[in-house]
Amino acid sequence: MADAIAAALPVVRKPARSAAERQEARAALVLSLPAMVLLFVFILLPVAVVILFGFTDYELGYAGFRFVGFDNYTELFTDRTFRRSLWNTTVYTAIVAPISIFMALGLAMLIESENIGRSFFRTAYFLPVASLLVAMATVWQYLFHPTIGPINALLALGGLPGPNWLGASMSVLYSLSIIGIWQSVGFNLVLFLAGLTAIPRELYQAAHVDGARSAFDRCRLVTWPMLGPTTLFVTTISIINAVKVFETVKTLTEGGPNKASEVLLFTIYQEGFVYLKVGYASAMTVVFLAILVVLMFLQYRVQDKQVHYS
Amino acid sequence: MTALSLRGIEKSFSGNPILKGVSLDAGPGEFIALVGPSGCGKSTLLRILAGLESADAGEIMLGDRDLSPMPAADRNIAMVFQSYALYPHLTAAQNIAVPLIMRKLTRAQRLPLIGPLMPSQRKAVAAIKRDVREMAVSLKIDHLLDRKPGQMSGGQRQRVALGRAMVRRPSVFLMDEPLSNLDANLRVHARGEIVELHRRAGVPTLYVTHDQAEALSMADRVAVMIGGSMLQLASPQVIYDDPAHIEVARFIGQPRINLFPSQVGADGTIALGDIRVGLPRETVAAGTSVTIGIRPEFVSVSRSGQQGLPARIGRVEFLGSEIILYCRLDAIGETVVAKLSPAEGAGLAAGMPVRLEFSADQLFVFAEDGRRLPSTPVDAAISLETARG
Amino acid sequence: MNAQTFTLGRAVRLSVLIFGAAIFLAPYVFMISTAGKAQSDIFSSSLSLIPQHWSYVQNFAKALTRVSMTRLLFNGVAVCALIFVFQVMIAIPCAYAMAKLKFRAARLMMMLVMLGLLVPIHATALPLYVAFDRLAVLNSYFALVAPFTISVFGIFLFLQFFRAIPDDLIHAARLDGMSELGIIGRVIVPNAWPAVTAFAIFSVVAHWNDLYWPLIVVSNQTYATPPLGLLYFRAAEAGDDYGALMAATLIITTPLVAAFLLAQKRFVEGITMTGLKG
Ligand SMILES: Nc1ncnc2c1ncn2[C@@H]1O[C@H](COP(=O)(O)OP(=O)(O)O)[C@@H](O)[C@H]1O
Ligand SMILES: [Mg+2]
Repeated sequence: MADAIAAALPVVRKPARSAAERQEARAALVLSLPAMVLLFVFILLPVAVVILFGFTDYELGYAGFRFVGFDNYTELFTDRTFRRSLWNTTVYTAIVAPISIFMALGLAMLIESENIGRSFFRTAYFLPVASLLVAMATVWQYLFHPTIGPINALLALGGLPGPNWLGASMSVLYSLSIIGIWQSVGFNLVLFLAGLTAIPRELYQAAHVDGARSAFDRCRLVTWPMLGPTTLFVTTISIINAVKVFETVKTLTEGGPNKASEVLLFTIYQEGFVYLKVGYASAMTVVFLAILVVLMFLQYRVQDKQVHYS
Repeated sequence: MTALSLRGIEKSFSGNPILKGVSLDAGPGEFIALVGPSGCGKSTLLRILAGLESADAGEIMLGDRDLSPMPAADRNIAMVFQSYALYPHLTAAQNIAVPLIMRKLTRAQRLPLIGPLMPSQRKAVAAIKRDVREMAVSLKIDHLLDRKPGQMSGGQRQRVALGRAMVRRPSVFLMDEPLSNLDANLRVHARGEIVELHRRAGVPTLYVTHDQAEALSMADRVAVMIGGSMLQLASPQVIYDDPAHIEVARFIGQPRINLFPSQVGADGTIALGDIRVGLPRETVAAGTSVTIGIRPEFVSVSRSGQQGLPARIGRVEFLGSEIILYCRLDAIGETVVAKLSPAEGAGLAAGMPVRLEFSADQLFVFAEDGRRLPSTPVDAAISLETARG
Repeated sequence: MNAQTFTLGRAVRLSVLIFGAAIFLAPYVFMISTAGKAQSDIFSSSLSLIPQHWSYVQNFAKALTRVSMTRLLFNGVAVCALIFVFQVMIAIPCAYAMAKLKFRAARLMMMLVMLGLLVPIHATALPLYVAFDRLAVLNSYFALVAPFTISVFGIFLFLQFFRAIPDDLIHAARLDGMSELGIIGRVIVPNAWPAVTAFAIFSVVAHWNDLYWPLIVVSNQTYATPPLGLLYFRAAEAGDDYGALMAATLIITTPLVAAFLLAQKRFVEGITMTGLKG
């Protein structure tokens, strides 16, 4: 039908672009050229190549490679290490993301309602974000040390037997999660604090006048919905960062003991850069990318649906 | 129908006195406009009344109930905020329903999922929906009920805010510059509507504005607040014709009142050009500095003649129904503003020499501390003196 | 509502906050304390915070001799600085063109930018590694810096910020006879200062802490960045010489932590801005 209407209308010729417009467009292209070339070379092309590699048996050090179709992917699904690694990443994310989000939200609300020591508390909780994770992981290793570590010494004072935190396959993932939470709460906290300060005070006053008697009522009526966009963003970024866990694993456990802390990026790193099985590691990378794409897509969907108020 | 009364409200923020003992009475169903320049503490006073802020001293009575110790939620006072403060995540209908939900449903009934299972929750919710709908119809916003504030114009938001305030039939109505975010045309239109709504609701209403035209045109009585003190509370006409304080005279009236510094003469009178006004001797000693005020519409301008003070026209503003003249007095160099009808002002142009005359019975005299001094045109004063003597 | 009143609720609130802060700061306390402990102290009394035999000097000496700390810190600073300078020089003109100039490719570019936002270095590392290996540029500043010269996030952030700059300002600059580059240098950048600092903080924190990419492209100490250097140090430091390890950790964490403590407000603003825009 649109075609019919278009056909019925007299043809309007687009006016030729003026010299000034052409010049502006040319300037724009020149200005964005370096960025676009680099974007192509360092992001788009490599992603395409990774997808391509995923269908080959390419190994670094060997001359050629063959296309093997979906062999890498079928192998992935039977690969115990990879499945373990996916599972561990999921568990780690399922622990770190929710706890660091709710802890940050709770702390932010406490700090916001307290008027002394605001900047001290903010600094204290944010410090881990500004610290070198590899270095702080080393400190945590000492804290978690089964015999000379302060944590187990403290437990011993209370007569409790301390676990072998990072050394036992039963507890290693939880120990890494503790470090992960410690490291990410500050970042979320700062975002929540900004979100809380941005809520107009008049809304709380309106809630009072409208009869919201308890702090809980006002929180449900104003705080929680107004924090919606921040919460969504913090949730996405927390999940993505948890999925990308690598530093602590590489520094402290190398995936051990007995693959109990094997996580996605560490497995990719091992396969690709230690065993140099580029083709196989590329297939894993594609899975990793797919997870990120799905997460981002979910964020956009929720954002469009619910938390936009304008 | 109960009266509202404020007595000696004081408030300071970190040692800064913002309200310095404000008192005010509003009769049942009275519409009082609280007017004053920005930052004089109007919003603070409203927030104290609503229970959002606590006063340092003073009492708030509604009828014979003392409101001071009550939390905002229990006072049954409704407020329309300057920014409207609509909940952005709720639709218009949900916004209007909030005060009813908070008051008519128990906490358990309000819970999501579980709430609908509570006994009689359905009936209560249906009643709320009916009330919201009625309110919306009477405000002519029933077609907007499903929209969120972000999808409405300023005028529509203002109506939703009014609806949210009125739906629960409050016993006092507070409005904090509710029209200041609307464009000029809409603002004039909305004035009439608010007065009409107030008449229907019939509860004491405190309407804050910094726009004197709004205050004068809408209110039964106008309260002028400046620098944290209530300077005058009276009908619009009295406020304009008989200001109690120099700041009131200065704040109310467009263009502004003409003010001249002067001194009380030895005979207890003050001279302005050819005219003289007398002051009661017992209050003002000779030689005291005073300020004389006269409104622009009581300055008359003639091009010829020997009466009046010689002046020169600086600027002429043609406003359609009236003409504003800015003249400079030859003698003292002060600028005098005159308001004329187009007929009177015909042919006047910048640079012309003119003579200015003042109506003696329209002069206001203010003491140095700003208080109004009773004054009389000099003939009357003389006759008064002689009558006494 | 009132700051002076001290209620039970407030006491609970404060104690929760203080307890939490103590836990969050505990690693730092133990790091500083252990860096000064002799091996014997570490084994005997891990809970006492004051070292019995002050061994700061020995521990720091060990930390400084095993791995060249100055080299590491220099590499860290150089790599972060190079990355930041290139990112800004490349992202700002592009963001300006996309935000303020009319041209046909703008929509396509916007799509590419949104696509690029999804892709972390972990996804592109394999092909880049293969390519850098072929080109024999592994173990170089080039390898450390090149993949990060394009920051899609930077383009996105600046784009958001530039959109808020009024068009009239740019039109006025054009009428004053400025070229597009002149406009960027003299009108846009001075007005975008908050965005530039925010991005600087974001970028430096990200690349100072990054382990993944340096681990892949660097295999000797000459080009090691701080995280990688610490990894080497740990490898060299077999056993449990936690005193020296903590001293090394302290040296390596201090620069960024000090920068954070000095410019706290900027850090928090920067994280907030980059966080909420991104
Ligand atoms: N919560 C507060 N803390 C400190 N000062 C305040 C607070 N609320 C208002 N003020 C000050 O009180 C004065 C009066 O404010 P307000 O009542 O909002 O004035 P108005 O509404 O008449 O413009 C202003 O100078 C303002 O800065
Ligand atoms: Mg106000």
